[in-house]
Amino acid sequence: MMKEFDSSQPIYLQLAQRISRRIVRNELRPGEKLPSVRETAVEWGVNPNTVQRTFQELERMGIVETRRGQGTFVTEQQDILDRLRARLKEEQIESFVRDMTELGFTPEEITRGLQEFLQSHFEKGASEHD
Amino acid sequence: MIKLDHVTKTYTNRIALDDVSVTFPAGKIIGVVGANGSGKSTLLKLIAGLSKPDRGTVTVNGVRADRKICRDVAYLPENDDFYPFLTLDETIRFFATQFGGYDMERAADMMSFLSLDPGQKVKNMSKGQRGRLKLILALARDVPVVLMDEPLSGLDPMVRESIVRGVISFMDLSRQTVLLTTHELDEVEPLIDTVVLLKAGRLIRMEEVDQIREDEGLNLKDWVKAAYQKIGEKDE
Repeated sequence: MMKEFDSSQPIYLQLAQRISRRIVRNELRPGEKLPSVRETAVEWGVNPNTVQRTFQELERMGIVETRRGQGTFVTEQQDILDRLRARLKEEQIESFVRDMTELGFTPEEITRGLQEFLQSHFEKGASEHD
Repeated sequence: MIKLDHVTKTYTNRIALDDVSVTFPAGKIIGVVGANGSGKSTLLKLIAGLSKPDRGTVTVNGVRADRKICRDVAYLPENDDFYPFLTLDETIRFFATQFGGYDMERAADMMSFLSLDPGQKVKNMSKGQRGRLKLILALARDVPVVLMDEPLSGLDPMVRESIVRGVISFMDLSRQTVLLTTHELDEVEPLIDTVVLLKAGRLIRMEEVDQIREDEGLNLKDWVKAAYQKIGEKDE
């Protein structure tokens, strides 16, 4: 099934984020070759020109490297991958905090709520990652 | 490259296209959208050389689009018209005798990609299977321009998805340009590079889809609605 793209952001950027997440989750390892433009286009149901733009964007960010005639590879520079991981964490927290603040929760309530949730979540051993 | 220069087309008492000038660049998937009767099918028929403009010129790679343009242009009509007694494989072979450039290996790959049985008779095929057969007939030809009139209309969501994936898998963007008309805006948005919006025979906007999101923060469906509203206000 094709995954829907949300409407506000360009599709090539959303695809770049999805591939970044795969890299952070280690589904794509440092130095590993990415699927070709065509394979990626078919997998996500998007135009190959869009995938080309996504790869250019990932390359601009230093996350992937294109080797002439060989394909596109995840960078092996650990500092870049660490920064990517940190940035994704910040983005997630930011969006969570924005939603909570909008609902009227104070920073103290958010912190306490999060602590309580994490405690009970990990005590139960229900720590499967989504 | 496809070029229309001040093209007007009228049917007995109705203007189908009204002074349209546009150039479609090569190597792109272009979606032609707009309400029923806005001129989408007429635009495709003019490029396919199946219909002649009253005024203006239509050229494909510098060659005027007349009956002979079918050498360079594959056209998938909205309705299908097959011999019911032929099998799927025989239908493709028959089309290959009528139009040049068929790549039979690609046709075979497409049949398996789209889960079609080459030995099945056309008369026993469902609408969804005929929709997929039409896609093969259009995309298995090695021609620079592929035109598809409503390739998704009237098909169930799974068939629509397989057709979108079929286009992505089998067209060659380094050498081919695809123009398709559709009302399925959500489904084609990730597929197309460029959108052309028609209203009452006029070309009112042509934009890159990702540019619309970047500049206006709108998806294709909302953008089409907004553009139609704006033009409506101007007309009043």
